[in-house]
Amino acid sequence: MSLSTMLASMGEGMLRTCLIFFLTLLFSLPLGMVIMFMRRSRILLIRGIAHILIAVLRGTPLMLQLLMWYFGPFYLFGWSIRGYRFTAIILGFSINYAAYFAEIYRGGFESISKGQYEAAEILGYSRVQTFFKIILPQVIKTILPSVTNEIITLVKDTSLAFTLAYNEMFSLAKQIAASQTSFMPFIIAGVFYFVANYAVAFGMERVEKALDYYH
Amino acid sequence: MILQMNGIQKSFGGLEVLKDISLHVDAGEVVSIIGPSGSGKSTLLRCATFLEKVDAGEITYMDTTAVRTGGDGHAVYLPHKELNSVKRYFGLVFQQFNLFPHYSVLKNVMDAPVHVQKRNKEEVREEAMAILKKMDLDTRADAYPCQLSGGQQQRVAIARALALKPAILFFDEPTSALDPELTGEVLKVIRQLAEEKMTMVVVTHEMPFARAVSNRVLFMDKGVVVEQGHPEDVFGDPQQERTRQFLRNYQR
Repeated sequence: MSLSTMLASMGEGMLRTCLIFFLTLLFSLPLGMVIMFMRRSRILLIRGIAHILIAVLRGTPLMLQLLMWYFGPFYLFGWSIRGYRFTAIILGFSINYAAYFAEIYRGGFESISKGQYEAAEILGYSRVQTFFKIILPQVIKTILPSVTNEIITLVKDTSLAFTLAYNEMFSLAKQIAASQTSFMPFIIAGVFYFVANYAVAFGMERVEKALDYYH
Repeated sequence: MILQMNGIQKSFGGLEVLKDISLHVDAGEVVSIIGPSGSGKSTLLRCATFLEKVDAGEITYMDTTAVRTGGDGHAVYLPHKELNSVKRYFGLVFQQFNLFPHYSVLKNVMDAPVHVQKRNKEEVREEAMAILKKMDLDTRADAYPCQLSGGQQQRVAIARALALKPAILFFDEPTSALDPELTGEVLKVIRQLAEEKMTMVVVTHEMPFARAVSNRVLFMDKGVVVEQGHPEDVFGDPQQERTRQFLRNYQR
């Protein structure tokens, strides 16, 4: 098998990997905000639920969570859902990453001094204005480095989708490597992850630089 | 009358911080509040600006009573919306400035008038620049707070409060976070405002300043007003032993 054929057969897997990556970010970033607000809720029950949710999601392997999402409906409720595989993957990834993002957000919000809220209140800003104009921009600046870390981990974690026999890039690489007794697919996979993460780090650094005008 | 506070009581977890305090401020008056740490001075300002809720008592701004003691002896506040309309009567300058670090000096001053009071942006910009010029900061309008000295930051904070045109301005130890040199430039600005008949209540440890600038001085200790009067009387001829003792400690 020539290199170009190999690349071509892995190409579709790369697209699937990218799809997992972008969909997970799309859902987990806002969902993390929801979990963070639950975690900071004044109501004990909601706070407790968020606390347990985060503990379980961070305390068990993502691979296990993926299996739970995929097989859970059948074994627990006897449901068999058609074409559920991809949904299970996105559910598993998004909810797992949301838990991590929630904790990152929480750290960011807790780093903002009480004085910022009080100044905004005295100046007459509404709660919504205070959140979006005063607090959130400062939180985003604070959490960027941690978010970058998480995103880089996500790029690599997409390979866990092989657990549910989803043919993302790394699954294909392993198949081709086995059938062709070649090491090349692994090198291609390595270069792919590396380049993707280099791009992520580069982009995020640009954003950090853009926010560097104050501290 | 700008502000009338009557019978203000406030406790934090069983500790009585304010015991039946009253404060009356007329238009154009400068009132200084002095006293040892923990005497309740800052808490009084925080209650006056609704950052803390009083347990009992009455707070009236102009002709609107924002807080009154209800039938059960507990303070009753106006509903949220009406309380907000009372908030436009006052401004507060914090000890720690609390400028918005991600906004330029000019945006710090302009943002609330434009986005809270919904005033015309160009008009606000002109006014903001005029206020900054008065604070001797017009050349730093595009700077960010982190690029300024503490004294400059506090002057921006004063400009930010003034831009909303409050009827009364509170200062909570405005120079306590500053070194002596920077303290001077902030006090100068407050003094200038006093000359323009801005109504102000200043919690301060700067005794010579309080004596020179205020129309009235309140000495607070342990949650009560021990003594109040004209600064020359309170500083020159204090009637209470506790006041004398406090002032002696300052004359070092």
